[in-house]
Amino acid sequence: MSNTLSAKKTARTRAQYTVLYALLILVAIMMLIPFVWMISASLKLEKDVFAFPIQWIPVDPQWNNYNLIWTKVPLMTGFANTAKLTFFTTILQLLTSSFAAYAFAKLEFKGRDTIFMLYVMTISVPWQVYMVPQYQMMTIFKLTNSHLGLILMHAFTAFGVFLMRQFFLSIPTELLEAARIDGLSEYGIWFRIMLPLSKPAIATLSITSFVFEWNDFMGPLIYLSSTNKKTVQLMLRMFNTQYSSNYAQIMAAAAVALVPVLLLFIFLQRYFVEGIASTGIKG
Amino acid sequence: MNNSALVKKKHKASLRRRKTLVAYSFILPNLIDFFVFTFVPIVFSLILSFTQWDAGNPIKFIGLDNFVEMFTKDKSFRIALVNTLYYTVATVPITLVISLALAILMNKQLRGRVFFRAVIFFPYVASLVSIAVVWMALFNPDRGPVNGILMSLGIENPPRWAASSVWAMPTIIGLTVWKNMGYYMIVFLAALQGVSGELYEAASLDGANKWQQFRNVTWPGITPTTFFVLLMLMVTTFKSYDIMYITTQGGPGEATKVLAYHIFNSAFVSSRFGYASAVSIVLLAIVLVVTIFQFKGEKKFTNY
Repeated sequence: MSNTLSAKKTARTRAQYTVLYALLILVAIMMLIPFVWMISASLKLEKDVFAFPIQWIPVDPQWNNYNLIWTKVPLMTGFANTAKLTFFTTILQLLTSSFAAYAFAKLEFKGRDTIFMLYVMTISVPWQVYMVPQYQMMTIFKLTNSHLGLILMHAFTAFGVFLMRQFFLSIPTELLEAARIDGLSEYGIWFRIMLPLSKPAIATLSITSFVFEWNDFMGPLIYLSSTNKKTVQLMLRMFNTQYSSNYAQIMAAAAVALVPVLLLFIFLQRYFVEGIASTGIKG
Repeated sequence: MNNSALVKKKHKASLRRRKTLVAYSFILPNLIDFFVFTFVPIVFSLILSFTQWDAGNPIKFIGLDNFVEMFTKDKSFRIALVNTLYYTVATVPITLVISLALAILMNKQLRGRVFFRAVIFFPYVASLVSIAVVWMALFNPDRGPVNGILMSLGIENPPRWAASSVWAMPTIIGLTVWKNMGYYMIVFLAALQGVSGELYEAASLDGANKWQQFRNVTWPGITPTTFFVLLMLMVTTFKSYDIMYITTQGGPGEATKVLAYHIFNSAFVSSRFGYASAVSIVLLAIVLVVTIFQFKGEKKFTNY
C-alpha cells in the first residue's frame, strides 16, 4: 500500500516538474525570440524580412549584409571610440574607487564619516536631475564634444566606492597591522594586500562599468556632436534613422553592437550574478 | 622628563597629521571628481531652478516663477507627470510579480537552471538601442510579425503599437518589463537562497501546504528584499527616458513623454535651462520621498 502511495506521489511530482519545465521553456522562448528574429532578419534580403509566415532560417543567407554595414555609417569608428571610452572609464573607476574605498574602510581620519554621508546622499540623486547644469559646466571647461569630458564625468561612481568598501571591510585589519609592522606603507598595503585579495569585487566593478559605458546612450548623445567622435550606440541610432527602411542591415548592425557584451557575459556570467546578489541583498 | 613627554605629544600630533594626509591622498582623486562633476552640478541645479537662463544672456533670478508656470500653465509638464505615473504604476508591480515568480521557479532543483537564468538575464545587459530596434520591427504595425500573427489568429484590427497614442505606452512598458525582469529575478533569487531550508522542513512537518509555506516562511524571509526591489524599481522607472527617446521620441504627440524627457527637451531643445532645472528639482523631490521611505523601511524590516 505504501508502495502505491509513493508511486502516486512520484507521478504527481513528475507532472509538476513537466509543468515547471514547460513554463520555463516558454519564458526562455519569449526572451530569445527577439534575438533569433534579429539574426534571422539580418541574413535576409530586404524584401524577405517581413515575409509572413516567418521564415526563421533564411534559404539563401545574405552574409554580405555584415560586410555592407561598415560602409554605410562609420561603424568601425564607433567601435573604436566606444572601446576607448570603455577602457579608460573602467580603469579610472577601478583606481579611484578602490583608492577611496581603502581610506573609507581601513583608515581613520577627520571628516571621514561626513564625506561618506555625502556620497550616500548623492547615490540617490539621479543623473537626470543634474545633467543640465553639468552640461553647462562642461561647456565652460571646454569639455563638450570631447572624449576626455565623458571619461572624467564617468571616472567617479559612488556605487564603485560602496562596492569596494564593502569588500575591504571583510578583510581582517590584523593583516594590515602586520604589514605595517613589516614597514609597508599604506600605498603598499593597498597595492600588495587589498587589491590581490579583492579580485571578485574588482571583477564585478569592471563588468558593471564596462556594460554601462558600452551601452550608454544619453551621455554620448548629449555630449558628442562630431561624427568622428560618436560611439557605437550613436552610430547604430544613426543607421536606424538614415536607412530606416533597410531592416536587414539595421538588424546586422544591432547584432554586431551586442557582441562584446555577449562575449563578456558568456565567460564571466558568475560575476554578473554575484555582483547583483551582493549589492541587492543588503538593501 | 616633562620635556620628553612634550616631545612625545608633539610627535604624536604630527604622526596623526601625517596619517590624515595619507588618508586624504587616497580619497582625493575620487572626491575631486565627485565634487566637480556631481556635487557642484546638483547645487547649481538647485540655484538654476529659480532663474531664467538661455546660456546666452546673463542669468536672471525670477523666484518661484518656474514652479508657478509648471503647475499652472505648462500643459506638457502635466502630461509628462501623468505619463510618468502611468509608466511607473504599471511597470513596477508587473516587473515585481514576474521576477519573483521566476525566482521561485529558478530556486528549485532543475536541470538547465544556469542556462535559463542566463537567457532571462541577458536582455538586462544588452544594449537598449539594439533591443529597441528589434522590438520596433517586431511590433511594426503594418508589416511586423506580431501583428502578422494576430491577424492570422483572426484579429482584424490589431493594435498599432508604438504608432498609436493609446498603445505606445503599453508597448514601452512591455519592453521595459521584458528587459529588466531578469535583474530583479536574480536579486530575489539571492534572497530566496538565504531563507533557511530548516524552516521549510519544520513547516512541512507541521502539515503546511505549498501556499502556506510561501505565506508563512518565504514571504517574511524576503520582505526586506521585496521592499528594496519595490523602491529601486520606482526610482529607476521614474527617472528613465532613454527608452522613450529611442523608441517613440516621446510620441505619438506627447503620449510617451515623461518627466525626464521634459527636462531634456526644455534644456537641449528649447534652451530653457532655468526651467529645465526647476522640473528636475520636482523629479528630485519625488525620488527623495521614495528614498526616505526606503531608509525608514530599512530600519523596520531589518529583523534578521
